[in-house]
Formats: sequence, structure tokens, C-alpha cells
Amino acid sequence: MIDFGFGLSRSSSVKLDEVDLGLYHKLEALEPGVRVCMSCGSCTSTCTAGPWSGMSVRKLILNLQRGKDVEKMLSCCMLCGKCTMVCPRGINTRHLILSLCRIYGKKQ
Amino acid sequence: MEKIAIIGGGIAGMEAARRLLQLGHEPVIVEKSDHLGGHVAGWYKLFPDMMSARELVEQLAAGLDGVTVYYRTRVANMNRLGSGYSVMLSNGVNLQCGAVLISTGFRLFDASRKEEYGYGVYDHVVTNSDLEAWLGGAPDYRIPDNPASVAFVHCVGSRDLKAGNPQCSKVCCMTAIKQAIEMKEKFPQADIWCFYMDLRLFGKKYEDFYIAAQRDHGIHFVRGRVSEVSEDIDGRVVLKAEDTLAGTPVKLSADLLVLMSGMLCNEDTQSLARMVRADVDSDGFMRSRDNIYRINESNRPGIFFAGACTGTKTVPETVGEARAAALDIHNYLSGND
Ligand SMILES: Cc1cc2nc3c(=O)[nH]c(=O)nc-3n(C[C@H](O)[C@H](O)[C@H](O)COP(=O)(O)OP(=O)(O)OC[C@H]3O[C@@H](n4cnc5c(N)ncnc54)[C@H](O)[C@@H]3O)c2cc1C
Ligand code: SF4
Ligand code: SF4
Ligand code: SF4
Repeated sequence: MIDFGFGLSRSSSVKLDEVDLGLYHKLEALEPGVRVCMSCGSCTSTCTAGPWSGMSVRKLILNLQRGKDVEKMLSCCMLCGKCTMVCPRGINTRHLILSLCRIYGKKQ
Repeated sequence: MEKIAIIGGGIAGMEAARRLLQLGHEPVIVEKSDHLGGHVAGWYKLFPDMMSARELVEQLAAGLDGVTVYYRTRVANMNRLGSGYSVMLSNGVNLQCGAVLISTGFRLFDASRKEEYGYGVYDHVVTNSDLEAWLGGAPDYRIPDNPASVAFVHCVGSRDLKAGNPQCSKVCCMTAIKQAIEMKEKFPQADIWCFYMDLRLFGKKYEDFYIAAQRDHGIHFVRGRVSEVSEDIDGRVVLKAEDTLAGTPVKLSADLLVLMSGMLCNEDTQSLARMVRADVDSDGFMRSRDNIYRINESNRPGIFFAGACTGTKTVPETVGEARAAALDIHNYLSGND
């Protein structure tokens, strides 16, 4: 395709080979369990804050795996730990959120 | 003629016995329950052909003329004796066998262990196994007369590290779709929902079932694992899940909840394996010599496997393995390995 140097709208397509996974790799180092998430959504559906704040551990993990920033979502979590109880892959999701806060340099 | 002890008279044990008889051996079936056919004897219709499960068991039983079957009997002990095995039964009988076939099958996951689904607590929660029995004509007060909606939950006690079972039970996606269609045919007005994490429809004709469920029966599929279930004041079950494709938490009130309990290792695996020093695999099932070419063989001479005792299996896989095991045993006893 010829590149005219301009476009009407930007493509929403993500170039997977070019995304920056720095944040995800940092989290992986602290929480290796994050790798086995199978996107089942149990954490999201059981989260009391979810329906009102949009909090979703599943989306949080997936967004990190796709190189997106998730800082906003962190403040929606009440650290109640319900999601950790239902995760079928045994991921300590609550601890994962705390580790992520540490990476972002935040206090909860 | 040499005796062969067949431990477990499910379809694996029955088919192997039938074939060994044809090959001129003397199979003896040791069955701990009071009937042959194992789990299949409790099912109604079998996917993918919707064949009658009872007819299959009757067909297999018809080939057992002349085979000794000990019911309500277990193996008390087994020892290597010469080139064979001495098998002591709980009824006092002692069998001198050239070879032993272990065909003890599986155990269904106890759904009440997943407390969040309310099995045994809420009024309208049943398992796949309960529904098969009901479809086959057994009364079940938990199943309402005219449900407006029925929900199926996949992967109950399977793919679940917290329940101690990381493995996929393989048959329950198909069972859910089969039962969803059967329920839709019984209750055409009802909305039928399947909550799944992944649909695993790998076998011949399986995907056809999925297409038919969508196209001909309007079954609803939601990709999300149900995380908790409660009961409302009218006694309906209320499910919570995330619709992971839409990215939103969802709720559903249903008149009936059907839990797809998984297939686990038989509870006697450890004790049987210990008697003959056979290996148990990391998933709790019997360990085959390999999982590609020697599924029927154990690490011990003269001890063979068939069916769901080594892992989750469908009916065609089970009977296929039973035939293969019969031939393996025949060759083993004839000295041509
Ligand atoms: C809900 C459900 C529906 C299914 N529907 C289908 C279907 O439609 N189509 C399909 O292809 N597959 C289906 N399957 C899979 C099918 O049930 C299995 O493939 C089949 O039961 C395996 O047969 P088996 O003989 O190996 O084991 P089992 O059926 O478990 O039989 C084992 C036998 O051994 C006996 N036994 C166990 N331990 C001992 C012991 N220590 N001593 C003596 N006897 C013992 C048991 O009493 C039993 O009779 C379904 C499974 C489930 C859970
Ligand atoms: S710990 Fe946070 S994400 Fe998990 S259920 Fe509680 S509020 Fe939701
Ligand atoms: S419950 Fe666990 S496996 Fe499921 S989406 Fe959440 S973190 Fe991933
Ligand atoms: S076959 Fe389907 S329902 Fe059964 S454990 Fe596997 S994915 Fe879950």
C-alpha cells in the first residue's frame, strides 16, 4: 500500500510484535502465576466493585499482556480478595494487584 | 487355557472379556457393584449418534456367555506368582491368572465440593449424571415441570486447581450440548444457556452438534465461568458470570441449573497400583508406559489397562482400547510381544 503520509483515522489494529511488554514482564517477575490466567472471568464476575467501577482482574491481566496501561483500574479495587477465592488457576489475584501497585509506585 | 482377571466390569472390562473369550482365553470379571456396564449403564443416550446406552450395555453383555462374573466383589490382594499373578478376591475366591486387566474406570466429581454452586443446598441444582438418570425415566423432584430457563455450567471440578483437578474431562462439553438439545426438545419454550470457558468438541461429528445446537435449537452460549450461584425467594437459581467476550458481568435467573461434573481418577487406583507395584500418574489415574503407543501397558509385566482408568475417555476410545488390550494380552500370553 502506498503511504500518503496522512490518514483519516488511525487504525485500531495492534501490532503484536511491536508492543512494549515492559510492565507485564516486571509483573511476571514478581507474580509468575499471572502467566496461567485462562481468561475465564470468574474474578470479574465475583468482584463487588466490578459492575460499578469496571474493575476486572481478567481485563487487567489481558491489557498488560497486550502492552496497555492499567493504572486507572488499580484505584477501583477494594482489596477484598474475593477474586482470589474463585480463581480456578489458583492465581493470588489480590497479591498481584498489590505487586502492580508497587510497580506503579503507589500506596494502597 | 489361562485365566485373565478383569478388574472392573464397565464397558472396557466387558468388551475386553468378550474379545479374550473369542481369542480362546478364560476371562473372569471382578465387579465391585451389582451390575455390569459401569457409568454407561446410568446414561440415557450416547453422543454423537444418540445411541441408547442401555442397548450398548445389553449388546456387550450378550457376548459374555461363559464368562464368570463376580459381583459385589473386590480384589483383596494380588501377588506375582511364577509368570502370572495370584489374585485373592474379597469373596474368598483365589484366581491364578496369566495376566490382569485393570479396567476400573473413573469417579465422577462430587459437585457438592464446589460449594459456590449450591449442589445439595439449593432446590433446583442437579449434575450431568442426575440429568441422564432423569432423561432415562427416573423421577427427580429438583427438575421443574415447565422450566422457563435452564442453565448448564461447564468444567465443574475439571480444569480447577483448587479442586485438585487440572485436567479437562473431555466429554462434558459434548454432554452439555447433548443435554441442552434434549432439554430444548422436552421444553421448546425454555431458554437454554451454556456457560463455558472453552468449547472442546474434538471428535467426529462433535462440531455438528454445536452447529445444530445454535442453528436448530437456539441454545445460548456465554463464554465465562460461573463464579457463584445463589437462590432467590421464588427458589430460582441466580448465576453470576462474566460474559468475557462482551467484557461485562452478567446475571441469570434460571429454573434449573445443571452442573457438568468432571471425570476423576477412580478412588481405588492407589491401592490397586500398590498391590502390583504399578505406577500412578501425576493426575491420579493409572500411568501407561506412554500416552501415545503403549496406553494399554503398565510398567509391570502382565498388567494391562483399558478405558477410563488411565484418563478421561469417550465410549469409542474406551471400547477401542479394550480391544487393543485383549490383543496385547493374547500376544503376551502367546509369547509374541
Ligand atoms: C455425564 C457423562 C456422560 C457421558 N456420556 C457419554 C456419551 O454420550 N458418549 C461417549 O462416548 N462417552 C460418554 N461419557 C464417557 C463414558 O462414560 C466413559 O467413556 C466410560 O464410562 C468409560 O468406561 P470404563 O469401563 O472405562 O469405566 P466405568 O464406566 O467407570 O466402569 C468401571 C467399572 O469398574 C468397576 N470398578 C471400579 N473400581 C473397581 C474395583 N476396585 N474393583 C472392582 N470393580 C471396580 C465400577 O463399578 C464400574 O462398573 C460420559 C461421561 C459422563 C461423566
Ligand atoms: S480484590 Fe479487588 S478485584 Fe478482587 S474482588 Fe476484591 S475489589 Fe474486586
Ligand atoms: S479467575 Fe483467574 S484464571 Fe480466571 S480470569 Fe481471573 S485471574 Fe484469570
Ligand atoms: S470437556 Fe469442556 S466442560 Fe469438560 S472439562 Fe473440558 S472444557 Fe470443561
